Parts: sequence; C-alpha cells; structure tokens
Amino acid sequence: MSLTEADVKRMAHLARIEIEEQEVAPMLAQLSNIMGLVEQMQAVNTDGVAPMAHAQDLSLRLREDRVTEQDQHAAFQALAPQVEAGLYLVPKVIE
Amino acid sequence: MINNSLKELSAALAAKKISSRELTQAFLDRIAQLNPVLNAFITVDAEKSLAQADAADKRIGQGQAGPLTGIPIAQKDIFCAKGWRTTCGSKILANFTAPYDAQVIERFDAAGAVNLGKTNMDEFAMGSSNETSHFGPVKNPWDPLAVPGGSSGGSAAAVAARLAPAATGTDTGGSIRQPAALTGISGIKPTYGVVSRYGMIAFASSLDQGGPMAKSAEDCALLLNTMAGFDTRDSTSLDRPPEDYTRDLAQPLKGLKIGLPKEYFAEGLAPDVAQAVETALAEYKKLGAQTVEVSLPNTQLSIPVYYVLAPAEASSNLSRYDGVRYGYRAPEYTDLMDMYKKTRAQGFGAEVKRRILIGTYVLSAGYYDAYYLKAQKLRRLIAQDFTEAFKQCDVIMGPTAPTTAFNLGEKSDDPVSMYLSDIYTIAVNLAGLPGMSIPAGFGANGRPVGLQIIGNYFAEAKMLNVAHQYQLATDWHLRAPQVV
Repeated sequence: MSLTEADVKRMAHLARIEIEEQEVAPMLAQLSNIMGLVEQMQAVNTDGVAPMAHAQDLSLRLREDRVTEQDQHAAFQALAPQVEAGLYLVPKVIE
Repeated sequence: MINNSLKELSAALAAKKISSRELTQAFLDRIAQLNPVLNAFITVDAEKSLAQADAADKRIGQGQAGPLTGIPIAQKDIFCAKGWRTTCGSKILANFTAPYDAQVIERFDAAGAVNLGKTNMDEFAMGSSNETSHFGPVKNPWDPLAVPGGSSGGSAAAVAARLAPAATGTDTGGSIRQPAALTGISGIKPTYGVVSRYGMIAFASSLDQGGPMAKSAEDCALLLNTMAGFDTRDSTSLDRPPEDYTRDLAQPLKGLKIGLPKEYFAEGLAPDVAQAVETALAEYKKLGAQTVEVSLPNTQLSIPVYYVLAPAEASSNLSRYDGVRYGYRAPEYTDLMDMYKKTRAQGFGAEVKRRILIGTYVLSAGYYDAYYLKAQKLRRLIAQDFTEAFKQCDVIMGPTAPTTAFNLGEKSDDPVSMYLSDIYTIAVNLAGLPGMSIPAGFGANGRPVGLQIIGNYFAEAKMLNVAHQYQLATDWHLRAPQVV
C-alpha cells in the first residue's frame, strides 16, 4: 500500500507537527522509501507467533500504595515556558 | 596520563601521584583545546566538575575511595544530571536544565566519579552518524572528513581523542557499538534491563539501554559495575543480584566456541572490514577458541522491524514535548493547536520528524495489526534465531558495521541508506541481548574497524573476558589518533 500526500498531512496533524505545503512532497518521498523498507515484513508468515513486547517478557511490578514522592512543583514549574500562580499557562481553549 | 587505563588512574589517585582536581583540569584543558575541532561536547561546566573533583580528593584523603572515585567521566547528553543543561541533542531541549539525576548519574556520583561534561549525540539518539544533532556534527578524531558514528558519537569521539578517560552511551539500535567501532574504542550494551532507564531521555523504551564506552574491555567492566543495578523507578529494570563484571577477565579462552553467523559475512560487508575481522578471528583461534558457523536467518528483517517498533515507541514518547511544561515553545501562535504544531515543527529536526510521522502512521487506526503487531511477531522470530544459535556456541562474533566510518554528508540525505548501516547491530536490541564492539584494526582508508561480540542474556562478564583476553594479545585498543 502506498502513502499519499493526504496521509502525510493527516499524520502531521495527528502528531501535532506543522508541515508547510512545500514540505509535503519531499516528506512523502522520504516516508515512502522508509515504508518500502518496512513492507519487506509482509513477505514472512507469522501465523501463530506470539508478539514480543520486551526481551524478558516481564509483567509490571506492583508496589505498596503510599506516597513516595515529595512535592517539587516549584522546581519543576521553574522550567516551564509560562506559569502563573502554580498553573501552566496555555492559549485560551474555551471562549 | 591521557592514555592510562582507569585502573592506572585509580592507582595514581590512591598513591597521591595526582589529585582528582589535577586530572579533571587536564582533561578540561584538552576539551578546551580540541573540542572546537571535534564538537564532541555540548556542555562543559568546569566549576561543577572541579567541585566534584575536590569532593573526590577529600574522599580519597579519608581513605574511602572506590575504583572510580576521582575519575572524570563524560556523560552522553541523554542522561539527566541535576543542575546540568541536558539537551538530548535537540533544539526542543536546548535550554532544559534537568531538575533531577538519572539513576546512572546518581550511581556515578555515589561512586565519587566526576562528571566531565555532556557529550554530543544525534537528536534524541536518532541517527548513526551524529549529523542529526541540533548542535552540529561531531568529527571523527581519526579523520575529520569522517563521521564518528551515532548516536553516541560525542562520547565515542571524546574517548578516542582522549578528551575523557571514559564515557557513557546508550544503544537502541547500535548507538554504543557502531560509534565505538567507527572511532576505535570499546563499548558494551548490556542485556536489556540491566542498566536503569530512569532519567535517560526516552527514544524507544523497549530497546533503549545505557552502557559504558572506554578504551578497553577492562575499563568497560569497571564502569558497568557502577552503572548496572536494579531501580524501582524503571518499570523494566531487572531485579537481579549485583555482579562483579571484572570477575572473569583473567579466564583463559581455551575451548571457547565462537559462532559466526553466515548472514554477517555475506553481501554488503566491505572487503577491508571482512579482512580485519578474519584476522581477529585468527587471533582468537591462537588463544584457543574454535569457530562454528551459525545462522541468523531473519537478520535482513531486523531493519524493517526496527523501523516500525522504534518510531512507534518514539512517536508516543516524544508526544511529551508540547511547549507547555518544559522545553522550547514557539514564540508566535494563534491558538493551542497552533502552539503545539509550531513548537514541535520548530523544535524537532528532520530525522526526528520523519520518525514521529512513521510511528504515527504505523500506530494509526486500521494499520496497527499490519505493522506494529506484525513487527512484534517478527521480533520474536529474530530473538529465537539467537536462542538457536547459542545452542552451538558461547559467543557470536562478526563485524559491528559493514564499512569503516563513512564521510560527513555521505548518507545524510538518504535515510534508508543510513538505516542499512546498522544491519549487524539492530537484531541484538530487538532480542534484548548484550552486544559489544572492540577495536580490531583498520580499513583500507586508515579508519578503525570494530569486532562485534554478542553474548547470551546476562553473559556480560563472559563477553568482557573474551574481549579482554584479545586486548592482552593485541594492541589495537591502545592506538590513539593523531589529533591536532
């Protein structure tokens, strides 16, 4: 299956990356090359093979339900582009 | 001194022949002199490094030194270090000062090591040449026209050019081993889960693994003793008893069975690299090893599988860079959506964008089974190839990379040809196995060749032994480039 310019624009939108009109064609060419490589996978029959997510097939550990972290919001928010009164500021989303 | 092993430096520090401050200052001076040419470091902070050196000197004076106390170590700029700028090679984190330490940094600090600075790398570790860094490419100390490999290219160049006695790296598809090979140093990617990923900026979480890069296998073993360890803050960290990775270094190799995958010696391997690897294997036979042909039939599939799984995981991991909580935010935008899109369009470089888009595509509705699930199934077949091969041998050997270092710019416009240069390293990450690269001579152009050693799960001590015995019999690892 081959990628289209519409696919590239849709992925860029889903990934929240602005893409200029003149960038679409070169991006399509590059992504199509990569997907061409990826298509080699389809030649192999994998019926009955269990998917492998991690090398050690671990299950997630559980821990006791208690507070382990200290409040560091001041230190963490000091890194943010825009903060006010302990809140992260973003452009208005509700009129 | 710049050529001394970690053991020698430690002995000199213990005997008060040199102080950690003097040692650290000497390497800072080399960085000041040579980094403008090599671009191996993104951030150097002499004041911070020297403060750690003074603390180490005090500790040595009190007789409480460990094997790494007072030794300066360069840290790949993927490891968060509290109070240090930590960029991951990206514009989006160009002004990010980490508010906490990675577990690897904590462990080096506890050992009394000195953070010598943060090394250059491909942006978010996505690259095999260090050319995708926002902070510019790194030069290979053996030849300024050549790339140092990637993504841990800054760490590799720093060790090769003797700007640091040792460094850290991370390896998602070959990012410790390939730059180690291309710059003539030693590096080991441990079994997945041995070194904590806490505070190591995420690229593809099911593959990412930190490890040491140094002049020799013996140095790598000492570093791994400090880096390895269980960490509850990493959900895939393995809870195993601590190991001494130096314990088997002195074992003789008589009777060692080396598996040679026929797929690693086939079409695509440059003749000069093949020649150097053959010579290394002949040396191993002199040391008492035997070779046996093995097969890893799904080797070719490892690249397509990787370029589904790694971008898929990356597209999810990198969604955190939104211009809200930390990192870059676009200066101008109209609304929230526009802010996200402009922030990410301006903050990420071309290779990172390509991978995020591929990852988004393979995970999008309707394609999950055809790509992501298919790749996970093939991943199991690739891992099973190794399980079968290890029934016939103790370690697997082959080239680390198909060619010696390529030229800057040679592959940067052709992502797929860049990806293919990781053909011998990627499967090891997919299987979660430990892999190592050690120097094994030079190619026709005078650039280094790496020998790859792949071990079974948790066979790091054995691999380090196999590498160390070779380094006792050869001197490739002692060769240093003539840097101006």
